[in-house]
Amino acid sequence: MKYQQELKDSIRKALPGLDVVIAWSAGYDPLHATPHFIRREEDIDRLEIGPFSVHNLATYLPGLRGKKVGIVVKGCDSRSVIELLQENLINREEVTIFGFPCTGVVDQTKIRKALGHTGKVDFCQIASQTVVIGLGGEEHKLRLSKVLADKCFSCQYPNALISDHFVGEKISPSVQTEGDDDLEAFEKMPMDERFAFWQKEMDRCIRCYACRNACPMCVCRDHCLAESRDPHWLSQEDSVRDKWMFQLIHAYHLAGRCTECGECQRACPMDIPLLLLKKKMNKEIKELFQYEAGVDPEATPPLLSFKMEEENINEREW
Amino acid sequence: MPVLKGKELRIVGFLCNWCSYGGADTAGVGRFNQPTDLRIIRVPCSGRIDPLFIMKTLLNGADGVLVSGCHPRDCHYAEGNFYARRRLEVLHRFLPILGIEPGRFEYTWVSASEGQRWQQVVTRFTEQIHKLGPAPKIAGPAASETLRQMEAAL
Repeated sequence: MKYQQELKDSIRKALPGLDVVIAWSAGYDPLHATPHFIRREEDIDRLEIGPFSVHNLATYLPGLRGKKVGIVVKGCDSRSVIELLQENLINREEVTIFGFPCTGVVDQTKIRKALGHTGKVDFCQIASQTVVIGLGGEEHKLRLSKVLADKCFSCQYPNALISDHFVGEKISPSVQTEGDDDLEAFEKMPMDERFAFWQKEMDRCIRCYACRNACPMCVCRDHCLAESRDPHWLSQEDSVRDKWMFQLIHAYHLAGRCTECGECQRACPMDIPLLLLKKKMNKEIKELFQYEAGVDPEATPPLLSFKMEEENINEREW
Repeated sequence: MPVLKGKELRIVGFLCNWCSYGGADTAGVGRFNQPTDLRIIRVPCSGRIDPLFIMKTLLNGADGVLVSGCHPRDCHYAEGNFYARRRLEVLHRFLPILGIEPGRFEYTWVSASEGQRWQQVVTRFTEQIHKLGPAPKIAGPAASETLRQMEAAL
């Protein structure tokens, strides 16, 4: 990544005034990055940004309240930070934001599907739109556009929307798809097929709650409805009904708050297309209230306000 | 009622205490004929209704859900139904993605004096649900079946 050195210098300058800076470093193999907590100067050298910086680090912020925290954000992550600020879940003066122009991150599921094998990866090089992966003595070439995350193709905000230090040149969004193909295709399916689709998908859910834990906007932690016994929203049963209900709780509690960072779907070990529910919710919120979450720290979420006369809601007189 | 067995569907109504529940009462006192599919749950205000109540009701096998509150600007708590209106409209638009017919859920406003209107709302909504027929049920073993399997495994 071009701006890595510049970013390191910027963090080095700011680190004395901060308790911790959250960034990414190389993970357990060349295909994975891992969240990296920089506390001392020597930690800075291990920082790495690039197409493997998939994690939305904003998830850590509410848990670090009261500390002086620096955070490195992609454009999509910055929207989560804005949303957290908007809801007073973090304090602006405690957070130092480092932004950089993001050119897209990979989707590990797509790589896994392309290689059909998840053994030990020897090396990985990315040069001009091609990813070369060494696997078991063999070289695999993949086009970068084939393994980028879906969200990157409709990305409107590649630069951090909010930042104290921005390294590099801001880039303009390279929107390649108008609207959302996935959602549009899904909405063409007949009702009974959709119902069957979700039953099939939810049947695979193992109730690990990784989707919830990775979500930057799921801030209830120990008070989550999923584990509450009073009221008892979900049973301990391993049923499609309970698992589906949990996803609906998640989608509803994110109505008008979800920034579509895609962490829920990325974190899902069973590859359940959870983002579809959130995209649909956001689409309706946008149509009804012309509102997009995580863009303006001063805005009020649409479901926490009202108008006496709603422009887009027709009263049902019957 | 054995006479109606098989003919009746299960419709759940969430009614606010101050207007719609009163309206339903007025309809009863006025002896207006109404279909008997509706089961009413009284809540303090339409603003008390979490959209998840409706979701849970539908997933647990209800064929239809009707929500009714005070007319906008008439809320007993001044603004509860304004918030409810936004939440319920979002829910109404969200349902199709799950493969649930949006017509299985409706919300409307009925005041305590509108007994006649309540009769109309119930009749039309019940007709609408009967047109859609019984809701698709979630497949998979029921709790008793799961328990039986667990016992067999032990």
